[in-house]
Amino acid sequence: MLNIPQIYLDEMIAHAIREYPLEACGLIAGTGDRVDGFYKTHNDAASARIYTVNPLDYLKADRDAEARGTSIIGVMHSHTHSEAYPSPTDVAQAPDPNWHYILVSLKHKDPILRSFSIVEGNIVEESVVRVNC
Amino acid sequence: MAIEVRLPTVLRAAASGQANVFVEGETIGEILKALSDSFPGLGNQVISPDGSLHRFVNVYLNDDDVRYLEKLETKVADGDVVSILPAVAGGSF
Repeated sequence: MLNIPQIYLDEMIAHAIREYPLEACGLIAGTGDRVDGFYKTHNDAASARIYTVNPLDYLKADRDAEARGTSIIGVMHSHTHSEAYPSPTDVAQAPDPNWHYILVSLKHKDPILRSFSIVEGNIVEESVVRVNC
Repeated sequence: MAIEVRLPTVLRAAASGQANVFVEGETIGEILKALSDSFPGLGNQVISPDGSLHRFVNVYLNDDDVRYLEKLETKVADGDVVSILPAVAGGSF
């Protein structure tokens, strides 16, 4: 389960739409299963099919999260033409088994946001709970 | 000279859960070697078997990626902060 304030859900979907047709990416901060921040990051791959979080954006997000007493607990990225489900590339490159992996799909008329854990190649969906700030 | 090294969450388990550690060294290579000596589980996640930086890891000296400085030969000074970050990437295929 991942608890996400509405404001960050809105920001993630808006970021995905704004970056279209390229894949959008960002980092989520929080504690445990509670999201307390979202950082848009530059997609260094500038691609509709792959993303690479700009490492300096990551460093700055990491510092800011730490200053707020939280930490980076996951990554969001968009799939512009496929489902909100981790691809083989996402699984192969998942950096942290404790992270939450949020996918926003723009394949359908309305954006779809889902969250997963990826541990040793195994994908497990977790429920996203919308919370008020 | 003890230099602060900030560790990403994925590497903290190998460093007894610490987010920041202090190790001795004059260059990034020496810092990473000292880190590896202190926390044996950590070294092979940062340095490749050929001795270069692991391609899935980014190492920053303050705000600069050491790959664009002198890589492992980059000199460090008192008060510098070294940050290790996993490369975060993926795709839709």
